[in-house]
Amino acid sequence: MQFSESWLRSLCNPPLDTEALCHVLTMAGLEVEEVKVAVPEFSGVFVAQVLTVEKHPDADKLNLCSVDAGQGEILQIVCGAPNVATGLKVPCAVVGARLPTMEIKRAKVRGLDSFGMLCSSRELGIADDHGGLLVLPEDAVVGENIRTSLDLDDHLITIKLTPNRADCLSLLGIARELSALTGAPLTLPVLPDAASVATDSQGQRAIFLDAPDACPRYCGRVLRGVNAQARTPEWIKRRIERSGIRSISAVVDITNYVMLELGQPLHAFDDAKLSGDIHVRYPRPDERLLLLNGVEIEPEPDMLLIADEKRALALAGIMGGEPSSVTAVSTDIFLESAFFAPVAIAGKARTLGFSSDASHRYERGVDFDLPRLAIERATALILACGGGESVKVGPIVEAVSPEHLPRRAPVMLRPARATKVLGIDVTAERAAVLLSSLGLNVAQEGDHLVFTPPSFRFDIEIEEDLIEEIARLHGYDNIPSIPPVARVAMMPAAEFSRGPMQIRQAIAQRDYHEIVNYSFVDAAWEADFSNTTVNAQPIVLANPIASNMSVMRSTLIGGLVDTLVTNRKRQTERVRVFELGRCFFRTSSSAPVTGFDQPLRLAGLAAGFAAPDQWGVPPRRVDFYDVKADVEVLFSPHELSFEPVIHSAFHPGRSARAMLNNQPVGVLGELHPRWVEKYSLGQAPVVFELELTALLMTPPTEYTEVSRLPAVIRDLALVVPQTQPSSAVRNALLAAAPALVRDIMLFDVYQGKGLSENQKSLAFHIVMQDTQRTLEDAEIEDVVARLLVVAQNDFGASLR
Amino acid sequence: MNNLEQHLDHLATSAIADFALASEPARLEDAKAIYLGKEGSLTILLKGLGKLPSDERKVAGAAINVAKERIESALVTRRDELKNARLEAQLATESLDITLPGRGMPCGSLHPVTKSLLRIEQLFRSIGFDVADGPEIETDWHNFTALNTPENHPARSMHDTFYLKGGDGKVQDDVLLRTHTSPVQIRTMLVHVERYKHLDTLPELRVICPGRVYRVDSDATHSPMFHQVEGLWIGEHVSFADLKGVVADFLRRFFESDDMNVRFRPSFFPFTEPSAEIDVAFTSGPLQGRWLEIAGCGMVHPNVLRFGGFDPEKYTGFAFGMGPDRLAMLRYSIPDLRLFFEGDLRFLAQFN
Repeated sequence: MQFSESWLRSLCNPPLDTEALCHVLTMAGLEVEEVKVAVPEFSGVFVAQVLTVEKHPDADKLNLCSVDAGQGEILQIVCGAPNVATGLKVPCAVVGARLPTMEIKRAKVRGLDSFGMLCSSRELGIADDHGGLLVLPEDAVVGENIRTSLDLDDHLITIKLTPNRADCLSLLGIARELSALTGAPLTLPVLPDAASVATDSQGQRAIFLDAPDACPRYCGRVLRGVNAQARTPEWIKRRIERSGIRSISAVVDITNYVMLELGQPLHAFDDAKLSGDIHVRYPRPDERLLLLNGVEIEPEPDMLLIADEKRALALAGIMGGEPSSVTAVSTDIFLESAFFAPVAIAGKARTLGFSSDASHRYERGVDFDLPRLAIERATALILACGGGESVKVGPIVEAVSPEHLPRRAPVMLRPARATKVLGIDVTAERAAVLLSSLGLNVAQEGDHLVFTPPSFRFDIEIEEDLIEEIARLHGYDNIPSIPPVARVAMMPAAEFSRGPMQIRQAIAQRDYHEIVNYSFVDAAWEADFSNTTVNAQPIVLANPIASNMSVMRSTLIGGLVDTLVTNRKRQTERVRVFELGRCFFRTSSSAPVTGFDQPLRLAGLAAGFAAPDQWGVPPRRVDFYDVKADVEVLFSPHELSFEPVIHSAFHPGRSARAMLNNQPVGVLGELHPRWVEKYSLGQAPVVFELELTALLMTPPTEYTEVSRLPAVIRDLALVVPQTQPSSAVRNALLAAAPALVRDIMLFDVYQGKGLSENQKSLAFHIVMQDTQRTLEDAEIEDVVARLLVVAQNDFGASLR
Repeated sequence: MNNLEQHLDHLATSAIADFALASEPARLEDAKAIYLGKEGSLTILLKGLGKLPSDERKVAGAAINVAKERIESALVTRRDELKNARLEAQLATESLDITLPGRGMPCGSLHPVTKSLLRIEQLFRSIGFDVADGPEIETDWHNFTALNTPENHPARSMHDTFYLKGGDGKVQDDVLLRTHTSPVQIRTMLVHVERYKHLDTLPELRVICPGRVYRVDSDATHSPMFHQVEGLWIGEHVSFADLKGVVADFLRRFFESDDMNVRFRPSFFPFTEPSAEIDVAFTSGPLQGRWLEIAGCGMVHPNVLRFGGFDPEKYTGFAFGMGPDRLAMLRYSIPDLRLFFEGDLRFLAQFN
């Protein structure tokens, strides 16, 4: 909410400068977002009256004026403004004045002396209007400094209000708060005696609350014979404009003024366009309403309306209707001042795609005791500027349903509780002083206090609400920052599990860079990269921000590929990235959220050269086995096994499912050539995606004896069919090996010269060792021979 | 000096000179053969000893041995000299350009937000906070209802919160993408109360919950997905003063700035009361003296404690929520939030 500092000070004026005042508001929870000067600095400009105007003898468009600026002598000033006229009161910058864009000096204009300048509002930085001189009101005092006369030494303050503080959506509310915070007195606008105002008994309208829970109070008053041409008084215009509301017409400006001043939204109908009684009701079928913003709506069944006997007139608490609005010829007006329940208004304007000053207030809560006062205030202002005697003022017709008005139940406060929650000593006396300054009614009940909140506070219902108010008025700054006292107990630290942070660090050590991609993706990515047999029914957002962010991902691969594309566009050829994040599936399981499985996964992508371009290392493209090593290291000391996999993201012959203890824990492989082409990736990147839970568990370490005796290594080169998976051969050899065989290591794979095309050679180191004795040659040879037989029998292998 | 001694002195002198002249090991061994070889001068003299009378033999033998030792010593010295010279020469040819870059694989990097989260976790673990995790597709109950958010609260609308389409194509109103990490508070409280229900007094609950959160918002300073860290401390004697102490301490430790200004300003959240926004102001650097909004916090609302299974009369607690994205931006002077989610390696590699 934006408002004028001087307006606020007219209601409560603590001895603080602007900055200090703003600090007080901010630290009380009325956060000052912005402070602007109302008008830029200038000096030496006074209210002046034009005494004579003569044509400049040597210039058609110039006039020679004599001006009384209250300077002790009459000034001769050459003026070019088209609207200069005898008797006019205008701002005059005298010699020596400093304006925002110039300094005024004694000058000769076409041969004639000029001792100052008559100013437009643009020259003073007040407004952009350059139509001519700024014409001042007739009652402006000649010689008065223009900044005082027009109240220009003002600031526009914008505060950001939290939704619980609707009571501060008015100058009165802010002033009330400021008074409680600083002790400076509150000055309320003076209203005339209500009985003396209402003189007209004709043309009154009965009011019916057809939906009393949504509208428990509605006040209306008819004013007849209002001067439709009346101009808004300058001070009202200035105040509403400095609060960010455009001046429209006297009546509308006054309703806005009262809303800003007291917080009560008002609406003025053209009484001539109304028929019969007023009903506050819900829409009828097929009812339509053209709003003041030019939009015709078909109100939803839960949107409250103001209607007369014939038609809907306004969207209650949100916006008036165009057909019944006051215009430049309206002389009879019907003023509405009502209380609408916040729940009846909340969210409705937003559903229609706009918001209004009225709805903003009503949906947060307007003082339900205010309507009558506000209508009297508006009446007084209209009478003051709208023609006085001629206006016939009707009585206020009030419809009220007391049982539907909000209740203000007393709230208990135990000072001991406040002390416990805040960590400062809160006495009953202190609490009573602080809270009564906010308008709460205090009573003592036993050893605690009971407070009844005023009608303008919608946010005080429980003890904590009172404690918060005490803290606010005491000042958060005045609550100490205390290092807490707590019992010290060590946290459990499982040795054989790791956290996600350690996994991230481990993969980063393997030259992968961490990325964070959105969890919602393009539907096409799901089709391309998700294993469609697992995720046949992707999770679709109901309100995506864009169509390429409409599906919850069931794989991290799409994002990795997209990151590759992004980096390729930015000329980075070698890309190694990883992400640790959730994937999303529909399941029938119930935890933690019924119907959804949301596992954390670690996925990575490597593209380009295996190692960065460097001297002494022949460039080589990263391949399946490079990435396989990365995956194996991540899981070590667990040993993984790998089996072929059919997965839509991957090259069917160059991908594998990683298995740990016979359970699948992830997939890896070259991206399918189809996607390499579709996403213009050049060479196929190698990608992996692993289940994080599997990565987090590490096997407990167990000691095995270290032999002091020498190891014997024999090599066995076996020729097997080219398609024979090597791990099967190694596993068979291991299974057949006696205990003295420590390890069987594949150290060479050969294809080519000396072998037929469908053959390959697998060369193994057979490592043998005993912890107790030196091995005999004979038993060594025997082991090798036995292993060879296994290879021959199981795989048709021959010695190379 | 007799003739033999003169002869021996001459031989030794000459041998030492010859050794010195030998510039390579082979030449040295040739020179050695002249004196100490099978046919060498000294060998011959030694062989001739037998022909001498025994009294002379003893004297001559001693003299010859003295000379022999002198020559052998010179030989060893010269051998070492040559060996060293050869090693020096070899080393000279073997020297590397030690300014060439090292070979092999460099190191990758952690995301700047992860780096901030690491620090946050470390700092809070140091005062006994655990780290908890929760689902990102969350129930409406955990995300809003249990956090005391009214039914008609604007945050619940589809303008602010992402909802999912059910299998029937209609909006599912009971689940959503969590809008904050606060629902993990509720989950953690419920687990804690269940675990310790056999005790008269529940142990203190201290936990932080980092993670991704989602809101319908996208511009230069808002991303539809971002990170949050929720903190929660519940106990029998936890007060607003403790909240101020912990959070201010954390911020000064995180930014390693003991004199950083931290202020708590009244605010409003449905799930805390009293509530506060936390602003910080640096005492140096480009942002010096400006108040920057950095976190929200407050005393856990009694309704939230009740939803979590705690008796609000017995237990009080505080909670705070902050954005590690913003903390990382301030910590590393990153100007634009969007850089975090673009995956540009030229940006990411700066954080290794």
